Amino acid sequence: MELNILSMEHITKVYSNGFVANKDINFSVHEGEIHALVGENGAGKSTLMKMLFGTEKPDQGRILLHGQEIHIDNPTVAISHGIGMVHQHFMLVPSLSVADNLVVGMEPKKNGLYDIAKAKEIAKEAADKYNFHIDPNARIRDLSVGQKQKVEILKALVRGAKILILDEPTAVLTPQETKELFIELKQLKSLGYTVIFISHKLNEVKELCDRITILRGGRMISVEEIAGITELDISRKMVGRDVRLDIEKKPAVAKQTILKVSHVNKVNNLGKQVLNDVSFCIPGGVILGIAGVEGNGQSEISEIISGMERTFDGEVEVNGRNIRNMSVRQLRENGVAHISEDRMTYGIVGDGSISENIISDRYYKKEFQKGLLMNQKKIDDLVTDLIEKFGIKCDGKDQPARMLSGGNMQKVVAAREFTNNADLIIANQPTRGIDVGASMFLRNKLVELRDLGAAILLISADLSEVMEVSDRLIVMSGGMISAYFEDASQVTEEEMGLYMLGLKQMSPGEIKGVSN
Amino acid sequence: MNTKNIEKQFQILRTLLAIAIATAVAFIIIYFIDDNPTATIKEFVLGPLQSRRKIGNIITNMTPMLFVGTGVCLIFSANQTNMAVEGGFFVGAMLASVAATMIKLPTPLHIPLCLMAGGVAGAAATAIPTFLFVKYNAKPVVSSIMVNNMCLYVGLFVINHLIRDPGAGFLASYKFAETSRFPEMVKGTGVHYGILVGIVVLIVGYLYLNKSKAGYEIRTVGRNVDFARYSGIHVSRVITKAQLLGGFLAGMGGAVEVLGMYKRFQYQALTNHGFDGIMIGIMASYNPKMLPLAALFLAYIRVGADCMQRNSNVPVELANIMISVIVIMIVAESFLYKMKHRRIVAAAGKELAGKEAA
Repeated sequence: MELNILSMEHITKVYSNGFVANKDINFSVHEGEIHALVGENGAGKSTLMKMLFGTEKPDQGRILLHGQEIHIDNPTVAISHGIGMVHQHFMLVPSLSVADNLVVGMEPKKNGLYDIAKAKEIAKEAADKYNFHIDPNARIRDLSVGQKQKVEILKALVRGAKILILDEPTAVLTPQETKELFIELKQLKSLGYTVIFISHKLNEVKELCDRITILRGGRMISVEEIAGITELDISRKMVGRDVRLDIEKKPAVAKQTILKVSHVNKVNNLGKQVLNDVSFCIPGGVILGIAGVEGNGQSEISEIISGMERTFDGEVEVNGRNIRNMSVRQLRENGVAHISEDRMTYGIVGDGSISENIISDRYYKKEFQKGLLMNQKKIDDLVTDLIEKFGIKCDGKDQPARMLSGGNMQKVVAAREFTNNADLIIANQPTRGIDVGASMFLRNKLVELRDLGAAILLISADLSEVMEVSDRLIVMSGGMISAYFEDASQVTEEEMGLYMLGLKQMSPGEIKGVSN
Repeated sequence: MNTKNIEKQFQILRTLLAIAIATAVAFIIIYFIDDNPTATIKEFVLGPLQSRRKIGNIITNMTPMLFVGTGVCLIFSANQTNMAVEGGFFVGAMLASVAATMIKLPTPLHIPLCLMAGGVAGAAATAIPTFLFVKYNAKPVVSSIMVNNMCLYVGLFVINHLIRDPGAGFLASYKFAETSRFPEMVKGTGVHYGILVGIVVLIVGYLYLNKSKAGYEIRTVGRNVDFARYSGIHVSRVITKAQLLGGFLAGMGGAVEVLGMYKRFQYQALTNHGFDGIMIGIMASYNPKMLPLAALFLAYIRVGADCMQRNSNVPVELANIMISVIVIMIVAESFLYKMKHRRIVAAAGKELAGKEAA
């Protein structure tokens, strides 16, 4: 076997907002290995892989495949070179079947028409060959996340991929699904495939991979044999300093109830019941976490409580007032703050300055007016103060928000949502895709606000985050609350996994505790 | 040099380059169709400065643009492609004419009343696409163009049946009452007091859009409507407000134009003032601060083309070709993108090196 099947040399990539995502990176993989690419969020892992798959182009450097320089201008070229990628967010058509999705763009033809029978045959053959248990006739939207991921992997394999890039594949999986994925990946390795495995979960890397490349701040820090390095060493190299990853937390002191959700049901526009009789309460001074695989009703519940979604059955009360007929502004004035999971769409206005982003929920208030115009000085003072308090790295308050890094963008969101004296803070995926430093800052802020008496609803796909930060926990599966834990520190990840997958379900009596 | 400054620099560079390319295109056209291109080009470039009268023409050309342009800034800042400012200008001129011919009042009341009438008519024009969008999600790009046609024929209908002067010999209204007309401000130039109203409108428009909470709402809605909704801004109310105000200003511009430049209403077709407003709005990036410059530029080449047409066989439409080229170049976002990106890469590298050295 050839040693370096693929290598990237002196790769530099700068985004058009001036952010240096990769700086002079050297990266190479051996044939037939599982190679881990690790680093914090924002270290440049995804960018590096996007260049390998042709969705971004390097500004400097070159890519060699079998020692030959290649130019990967777009994903089609990457695929023709046998490079396949499984994205964290699946690129599948939900309304089509597994077979349709597998052959999309290379459909078998018969008499000029799409040959469905042949497509199914291809799908079946592939599933058998790699020992993936998938029904070719099933529609994507009916599959679980783990199954969708298998379809994605198969899609790459069917297209002739010899090198597979998996972008944080376990981030969306339960512990049980992760195990299954690892078995499949090891099997692919034994068949001679090369796998690049992006992750920041070090135990998984340790278990699965042969070699590891560590990135930090857009640079290559080191390449190691996995056998010769401990998890602690890896984490030190990833972060570059000792970061305290634990959260200082006093026991929660529950006050009066702030949020009360009773019997909420919702059917989405596909006719699927996405929320099924969901009831829970949060008192002031408590962080309630919602764990679960994404797409099990968490987004819907956060949209309903934040007033973004109006069509649902049941009752939601904040501070004793029914929110059904409240506008978003009324809701915010009634003490609700909201960090949306979709930062770029809802969290910030990219073309607006940092200042304009921070004042969006309070610009109209009397204190910021001076006669007919806005009191610019007062706004500037507030914003300058918040930039400092939240440690937002920027060129000043007038810099457009789109020029910031993900972590700093989220700090801008937090500087707004954490400073409006809210009684209820909905934090939906608050630390997704941002660096460890910013994540820890935000988590500690949440705890701080809890101690000041706010009720906090924390929704996160990051199991360790939701378990560590929350005081109480619920698990959602299939639009239902499948478990409730009064004390979040007494639960194991494996146990959570069973509830997340819907393999276990607590009785209504056990769950009832969350509504009192 | 940070990224923000590089972006700003390139925006200016792009605009200047657009103007240079448009000018080059104009010169090439002149060169090919004219027998004496040098003299013609000279006429085109320097003609507008040759007499008081022509300088006056630049200013009278600019006057309605200030109104319509400010209106366009409001509408397009809310990211609404409502082109009914064209029809709004027309019906504004029409209703102002009705007020100017049928009502008798002293000047200090009559002019404001006519301006109000024009404004209301203009707002009514932009209100239709707004309503259709807010209520039925019909895109204003299409509906507003339909509305422009409606405005034309409704306007002509009213003129024809209500205030047509049968003795005029062509389709025109009765003469405006003297009390309703803007007096000439500088003798022998045609410049009338409407320009002062225009300047006030521009300044108020600037403060409103950039310094008031209503303007903040409009800009935020225009930049990211989801974010606006999430922040608690009442999106449809803001969209409606911006467009009614924009239409009002366009209509007022129509009123000022007819009352300052004409003795009676005599338009037979749409006047293109609305689209002029949109073009200078684009050139000014919908910021009233840059609007006077854009309006001056457009007015200048219009007058230049007019001078040229008188002395050569190059048609006045050349000015429109130039403006079209400029607008296309400004709207083309990827124009110079590669060069800009290289600059950003270099600057980022330097900054990084600087940090490391420190």
